[in-house]
Amino acid sequence: MEHFGVEPGRIHFSWISSAEATKFVEVVGKVTKAVKALGPNQHFVKNRAKVA
Amino acid sequence: MLGYIDKIKEISERLLSENKVDMIIGFKKGTLPMTNEPFAAKKPADVKEFVWDSNCGINLTNYLTNRKERIGIIAKGCDTRNIVTHIIENQIDREQLTIIGVPCKGMIDRCKVDKMFDKCISEIAENDGKITVKGKGFEKTVDKIDLLQENCKVCGHRNPVIYDELVADLVNEQENLDRYADVMEIEAMSSENKQNYFNDLLSSCIRCYACRNACPLCYCPTCFVDESKPQWVGKGDNPTDIMTFHFLRAYHCAGRCTDCGSCVRACPMGIDLRVINKKLEKDCFDLYGWEAGLSLDKRPPLDTFKPDDPDDFIK
Repeated sequence: MEHFGVEPGRIHFSWISSAEATKFVEVVGKVTKAVKALGPNQHFVKNRAKVA
Repeated sequence: MLGYIDKIKEISERLLSENKVDMIIGFKKGTLPMTNEPFAAKKPADVKEFVWDSNCGINLTNYLTNRKERIGIIAKGCDTRNIVTHIIENQIDREQLTIIGVPCKGMIDRCKVDKMFDKCISEIAENDGKITVKGKGFEKTVDKIDLLQENCKVCGHRNPVIYDELVADLVNEQENLDRYADVMEIEAMSSENKQNYFNDLLSSCIRCYACRNACPLCYCPTCFVDESKPQWVGKGDNPTDIMTFHFLRAYHCAGRCTDCGSCVRACPMGIDLRVINKKLEKDCFDLYGWEAGLSLDKRPPLDTFKPDDPDDFIK
């Protein structure tokens, strides 16, 4: 995906067991922070067709 | 390479008349210059139709999927690598096949030839590394090396990797190849430049799926782009849908693509689709030391798990 021009930091992979609630919270926090820092995605966006 | 045809005919005729195979898949002359087409000989008398020159680029492995007959196939280096992949993926049995290996010196890119002339080409002939192109009122001789397909230029497996018969002595493999120069060039770009590069590359795509149909790896009975429940990807000419089709297809070919160049050859819009597939080919080589279709005994990297598989991307 990064090769196609999606910025590094927009895609995250993690392995979290259903028993690892704290890790889940941590990862979600990190991901949202990183993605917010990059701002709204401009690439790979499909806009809804505009109907008059 | 031109001398191969006598041997091809001889082997084919023998296999058919001894009833070793039900058919032999090879090439016959196409209706236009530089468009040799696939042909299946079923009787010894059909063998005279076979041709072999530098316009036999089509990957014939595409015609093996799920066949039940005993098939003889005339195969270049890349074709045999795809045959290996087909056998590994249970699309055909090794016992069904008689592989007639052809050591290859590269195929010519007809788009390159077409671009050289603004007039219609009526005839093309080759002799000893030279290609002579003829048309109404012109004739020009060019070095074959200047007309080679881009994938043939960086091919490291010209000789068949498996074969039962061989039409000629093995050729020397090309060495000191810089196979991934184009991929590395893109890797070095900024995200924005990558976006622009791929938007530009795929802007002329008309979603005809010729690339998919010509690809020996794309044998799914229903392709993800044709499914409507669920509909994975939009079917129109929306640039995001076009890009989604191409990068998902590349993922499906990861660790399987042999860089045979079928997709590029089939594209009516002249899009260099190899740059997409090659990224995953390079990744498979860098991460797993894997090149597709070289051995019947090894399972592909995406099909196996090893505790030391690289997993740095999982945080």
